[in-house]
Amino acid sequence: MPRRDDISSVLVIGSGPIVIGQACEFDYSGTQACRVLRAEGLRVILINSNPATIMTDPEFADATYVEPITPEFVERVIEKERPDALLATLGGQTALNAAVALDESGVLAKYGVELIGASVQAIQTGENRESFKRVVGSVGGEVARSRICHSMADCMDAVGDLGYPVVVRPSFTMGGVGSGMAHDEQDLQRIAGAGLSASPTTEVLLEESILGWKEYELEVMRDRADNVVIVCSIENLDPMGVHTGDSITVAPAMTLTDREYQTMRDLAIGVIRAVGVETGGCNIQFAVDPVDGRRIVIEMNPRVSRSSALASKATGFPIAKIAAKVAVGYTLDEIPNDVTAETPASFEPTLDYVVVKVPRFAFEKFPGADPTLTTHMKSVGEAMAIGRNFTEALQKALRSLERPEAVFSWAEETGDKAELLQRMRVPHDGRLRLVMDAIRAGADADELFEATRIDPWFLDQLFLLDEVADDVRAARQLGPELLWRAKRHGFSDDQLAGLRGMRADVVRGVRWALGVRPVYKTVDTCAAEFAARTPYHYSSYDEETEVEPRNRSAVIILGSGPNRIGQGIEFDYSCVHAAMALSAAGFETVMVNCNPETVSTDYDTSDRLYFEPLTLEDVLEVVHAEQAAGPVAGVIVQLGGQTPLGLAAGLADAGVPIVGTSPEAIDLAEERGAFGRVLAEAGLPAPKHGMARSFTEAKAIADEIGYPVLVRPSYVLGGRGMEIVYDEPALEGYLHKYSAGRVDSAHPVLIDRFLDDAVEIDVDALYDGEQLFLGGVMEHIEEAGIHSGDSSCALPPITLGRDEIERIRRSTEAIAEGVGVRGLLNVQYALGSDVLYVLEANPRASRTVPFVSKATATPLAKAAARVMLGATVAELRAEGLLPRHGDGGDLPTTAPIAVKEAVMPFNRFRTLDGHTVDTVLGPEMRSTGEVMGFASDFGTAFAKAQAGTYGGMPTAGRVFVSVANRDKRTMIFPVKRLADLGFEVLATAGTAAVLERNGVSATVVRKHSEGIGADGEPTIVGRILSGEVGLVVNTPHGAGSGSARVDGYEIRTAAVLRDIPCITTVQGLAAAVQGIEALRGGSLAVRSLQSWAGGGE
Amino acid sequence: MGRALLVLEDGRSFRGESYGAEGETFGEAVFSTGMTGYQETLTDPSYHRQVVVMTAPHIGNTGVNDEDLESRRVWVSGYVVRDPARRPSSWRSARSLDEELCAQGVVGISGVDTRALTRHLRERGAMRVGISSTETDPDRLLARVRDAAPMAGADLAGEVSTTEPYVVPAQGERRFRVAVLDLGIKSMTPEQLSRRGIEVHVLPATATIDDVLTLRGQGTPDGVFFSNGPGDPATAGAVDVLRAVLERDLPYFGICFGNQLFGRALGFDTFKLKYGHRGINQPVLDRTTGKVEVTAHNHGFAVDAPLDGGTDTPYGRAEVSHVCLNDDVVEGLRLVDDSGRLKSFSVQYHPEAAAGPHDAGYLFDRFAQLMTPLPERS
Ligand SMILES: Nc1ncnc2c1ncn2[C@@H]1O[C@H](COP(=O)(O)OP(=O)(O)O)[C@@H](O)[C@H]1O
Ligand SMILES: Nc1ncnc2c1ncn2[C@@H]1O[C@H](COP(=O)(O)OP(=O)(O)O)[C@@H](O)[C@H]1O
Ligand SMILES: [Mg+2]
Ligand SMILES: [Mg+2]
Repeated sequence: MPRRDDISSVLVIGSGPIVIGQACEFDYSGTQACRVLRAEGLRVILINSNPATIMTDPEFADATYVEPITPEFVERVIEKERPDALLATLGGQTALNAAVALDESGVLAKYGVELIGASVQAIQTGENRESFKRVVGSVGGEVARSRICHSMADCMDAVGDLGYPVVVRPSFTMGGVGSGMAHDEQDLQRIAGAGLSASPTTEVLLEESILGWKEYELEVMRDRADNVVIVCSIENLDPMGVHTGDSITVAPAMTLTDREYQTMRDLAIGVIRAVGVETGGCNIQFAVDPVDGRRIVIEMNPRVSRSSALASKATGFPIAKIAAKVAVGYTLDEIPNDVTAETPASFEPTLDYVVVKVPRFAFEKFPGADPTLTTHMKSVGEAMAIGRNFTEALQKALRSLERPEAVFSWAEETGDKAELLQRMRVPHDGRLRLVMDAIRAGADADELFEATRIDPWFLDQLFLLDEVADDVRAARQLGPELLWRAKRHGFSDDQLAGLRGMRADVVRGVRWALGVRPVYKTVDTCAAEFAARTPYHYSSYDEETEVEPRNRSAVIILGSGPNRIGQGIEFDYSCVHAAMALSAAGFETVMVNCNPETVSTDYDTSDRLYFEPLTLEDVLEVVHAEQAAGPVAGVIVQLGGQTPLGLAAGLADAGVPIVGTSPEAIDLAEERGAFGRVLAEAGLPAPKHGMARSFTEAKAIADEIGYPVLVRPSYVLGGRGMEIVYDEPALEGYLHKYSAGRVDSAHPVLIDRFLDDAVEIDVDALYDGEQLFLGGVMEHIEEAGIHSGDSSCALPPITLGRDEIERIRRSTEAIAEGVGVRGLLNVQYALGSDVLYVLEANPRASRTVPFVSKATATPLAKAAARVMLGATVAELRAEGLLPRHGDGGDLPTTAPIAVKEAVMPFNRFRTLDGHTVDTVLGPEMRSTGEVMGFASDFGTAFAKAQAGTYGGMPTAGRVFVSVANRDKRTMIFPVKRLADLGFEVLATAGTAAVLERNGVSATVVRKHSEGIGADGEPTIVGRILSGEVGLVVNTPHGAGSGSARVDGYEIRTAAVLRDIPCITTVQGLAAAVQGIEALRGGSLAVRSLQSWAGGGE
Repeated sequence: MGRALLVLEDGRSFRGESYGAEGETFGEAVFSTGMTGYQETLTDPSYHRQVVVMTAPHIGNTGVNDEDLESRRVWVSGYVVRDPARRPSSWRSARSLDEELCAQGVVGISGVDTRALTRHLRERGAMRVGISSTETDPDRLLARVRDAAPMAGADLAGEVSTTEPYVVPAQGERRFRVAVLDLGIKSMTPEQLSRRGIEVHVLPATATIDDVLTLRGQGTPDGVFFSNGPGDPATAGAVDVLRAVLERDLPYFGICFGNQLFGRALGFDTFKLKYGHRGINQPVLDRTTGKVEVTAHNHGFAVDAPLDGGTDTPYGRAEVSHVCLNDDVVEGLRLVDDSGRLKSFSVQYHPEAAAGPHDAGYLFDRFAQLMTPLPERS
């Protein structure tokens, strides 16, 4: 069937900010969908509040709305654009939920918008556990015994016949929010309670536990002629009980016979037909009893999912792209398979390699969080690796995580076998390492299976690795035979060095001398049955390489690896832009990355894709292979965040050309002493600081520069372990906590003067050696002390004057020149009592590059890539890539205002005893994503940003106000305004008094520190938690009053818990008031990026 | 682990480790792309005299059980894999694949760059090959490879067929009797037929038209079925039996080899494909319904018939009913009478699956329909 001609415009809903369980895989799928739909000549309208996405680049849609993904805002977009159809199956649960809401509220009917992909009816059948149960039964499948519950009472009753342990699952939540495994009544109270409130339909399902069964996923694709194919089978190495998102997963399934696989296939197809997903990709999960093969259907997602992204990268079958095509009417046999060009998409990919995905966690960022892996997802990212066998893929995947402790090592003592077996019973990050240690300690396969339920085949593969390791260690020398064997099982030079007690570079030298080097195979969807057109490669120690020679000069772009807090989609965005800009400039672009969720690892983003770990060894081999294939202009290490930056020196030492800022220059900015000298020469102030190797030294420094001080271990990057210390005891405590005995000459602690109530300013700039292009100046709304990644900010800055911006420009230029930047530079300043302090400079693309690019409609990363390869700012201006004149530093006062708000993952974590983790914001970054609010005035932009994160600000109800003395005066007017608007004002005594005196009646509430009153009057924290308060205004108190500070933090925590907006600055308050007025004044207008750029409405 | 050597007819050689039985073996090198079902593949008689290269790297993970065998023995003449399982894991596994191959004297080789080998066969076409765990000199092995018998012109059905007829009773109430010519049949085929109430009379490849019409004295058949099997269809005598069947207007259903013979009986030619179709992921279009099936293939030869328009034959009008969407190879034929009603049909692929998807199971129903007297048809 050809494409439907009754559709000429489609609204695509994205997935919003990156949160745990819903990350950049939906940018990947959304971007593919937009590309396809536009190529089909359809008018594409897109809504997504996440500015760091490729899909929200203006060129990917006809009308791009960076607006909150709430039913209200989507309706406004529909009202304005009148699309024929709505495609919601590519934006994760967020998009799906929005679509369902719009259907139920009758909006879709009102504007005659057809939901394509999956109907609401299908979505609900798929997601409502009861109806799903019926469907599965109707096609001869079985689901776990379960009971629907709408109240705690129901739950207690249900558990009566299901028995403990029991799985609690809320309906309609993504990534299993609120779900969990209850082992006793106390667990049940806690988990089901949370679950009931997490579910939009206050509905939870209690389900029989099938912990320890084998877990599988199938990715299914269906077209409107009812042709169905299975794109990929995925087997979880971690059995049932660990969320697939947190499991080590393997494609294809490794331990199923054809009979079992085909029965699963029949069931999957039966289910998606019965559920009624007309077209598109679905994901269906199964559990299989390892003892007798009893099979249970766990769930089905009637949409593209995280696993679909993985499956697409694992097979070369672009699920999102095909899903979009079938959604507009094509049948699978009409769609060509890009990889082979000659065969159609109506086949099932077959693999001649093994794919392993491993999750990356961030528990170290959430002290006290329970690290147990369970039925709701806790990982923040993942790495994928491809090998010609399981061991090779697994070891590549583990080193791709960039966590030394994740890689198997035979160096350390193993510890006691019994104790290891005990510890591995509870799944947690790093369990596989324990299994390997247990093997080394003499555990046998049965013991390991009994303890972990990991399939014996996988366990045997670990035994195999241990045997190879033994051979390597025992061998008289590293001969070619042995090297080949070890390499074929994925051992890195580092691992071999560890086993042989040599240096890795020596191992590498020997290996190269013996000619033991990897070849590069191709992911081709068909196991070599047909020739592949797309150079999507992975390394393997096999015989024949498939890298084609080329003539054009190539640029190798190093990606950013697995998503983690502080390094995520924003960096992938820059890498993708570099690929676009450089191929446009005539280069052959080569991408190296190992993150399956990203756009950069889509085979048609760059000319060649190497799906490889970002370690020195693996990158050197890729460079070697590409240099053999043709000329290489150089490697870009500047765009992928700290990961590639960390490789710069090693690559340079090996003689690899680095384009852009040189490794020496990078060091100038990164090494504190050197950077200090750069600043001194430029005459730029930095906070007083020192380096301590003992508590006495630390004390001395702190006394000299004065409290509060900011302390951090010098040996960790990215703000890890940073704390603000207000007095000496705290300082001593810190030294004990963080550097338990490690404070010595090797691991000094850095101590900075903490700049109290200073305004923090973030700058992204471009420097070509001559000219500076100031990309953007972002003014943080929170004061300095809250990590730039976690604070909200405004661009253009709302309170900075021209002269201040000029100072910033001059300082930035001085730093760029002093360091010797060629390309991007990010500087963080703190403006305190009219002194502009330099906090740090990063000689690379920063997290804010996409935000700035979007807000100012200037492709900074593209320009940077060009500059790195020799273009000048002047040339790029002439070319039109950069604006002819002016830059982000002198935007006209008429320019729209963009507000960035961070999204925190706190609601995902619980302490062992079930409480929320400490949500205090500080100098250590902990947000997972961000949204952008865009409008002509700050208030509206701010309101939109709030709507994008918290779902909006209240237009009536109760507001709680508690501000620091310095803010009391300035607070009066905006609070009065809120009162006039009809808000009931709650305040702490001091604030209340000031308000009363100014004619604003305020109810006094107890501070947290005052505790619950004699007659049980709740504290403000209690009242926030009980949901009585709709808006919190709390400006952090100065250093002096310690208790006030604690109060402030407690209040913020409560606000975050309840997901209500919490304003921490008077500017923020003023902004919020404007926002609220805008909200009350009727709907906030929506406007597309294209319309902003065009100037017209 | 002992070393082993693989040498192709055109001189390319690969070194690896000995897998399965020790010794030396020859055959036609073909690759199979299925990720599951090695046990069914190994026991599929169509692979007789062929050395099978598995593109899936891990083979033997689920061991060998006693339910998934497609015939009484392993037929491949040699087996090439990259990473054989050291330890099987499946609640149904009875023994390891390695043990099974040794027990049946199947010579194999592992640790080979199977992808390189597959790409070579794709570019140069299927060719003769030798595997040896005793010979270390490629040139000497090459000489022996070139002496081995080629596949084209090979009449192999007789070597794999049952020598004695046997009956597979209908499951449930018996609705039909069918004469099944065993040219290398897989056990899933009689199973699929009997599930549909068919009493299956399996006859040796050498059966005469009388054997077929009398079911060796067991009655008269409602329909006739020709199975899959190895070798070059051009050499098979069974085609005369088939013509005789068609002259009598008996409903006929053929699979794989049975499709090639149907083609020849109808006057079409058959030819050897460059490297054949061997996998369980092949998209086939049923041109009568417009639906796509994902199907199991295992054929090195194909029918040469005009894709569009019909061809008049002594038995009625013949049309191409199925084509492979990958390369437009004829995957099915149908014979209709003047009123356009279906008389007989055949497919090149494997609706009985095993290994493979079950998408094409409906063809067995179609056959049952065909044997049902018009008034009773649903
Ligand atoms: N009945 C059960 N017993 C044990 N573990 C389960 C059960 N149901 C689900 N799980 C585990 O919880 C995880 C999440 O469940 P799932 O239904 O997939 O929710 P989500 O929508 O978050 O993916 C699964 O991957 C599986 O490991
Ligand atoms: N001297 C200081 N005074 C106040 N706040 C500071 C100071 N130094 C750093 N900060 C805060 O800590 C955050 C993280 O510090 P930074 O040096 O940027 O580390 P990172 O490498 O993690 O970005 C900054 O965004 C800022 O809010
Ligand atoms: Mg799931
Ligand atoms: Mg910073």
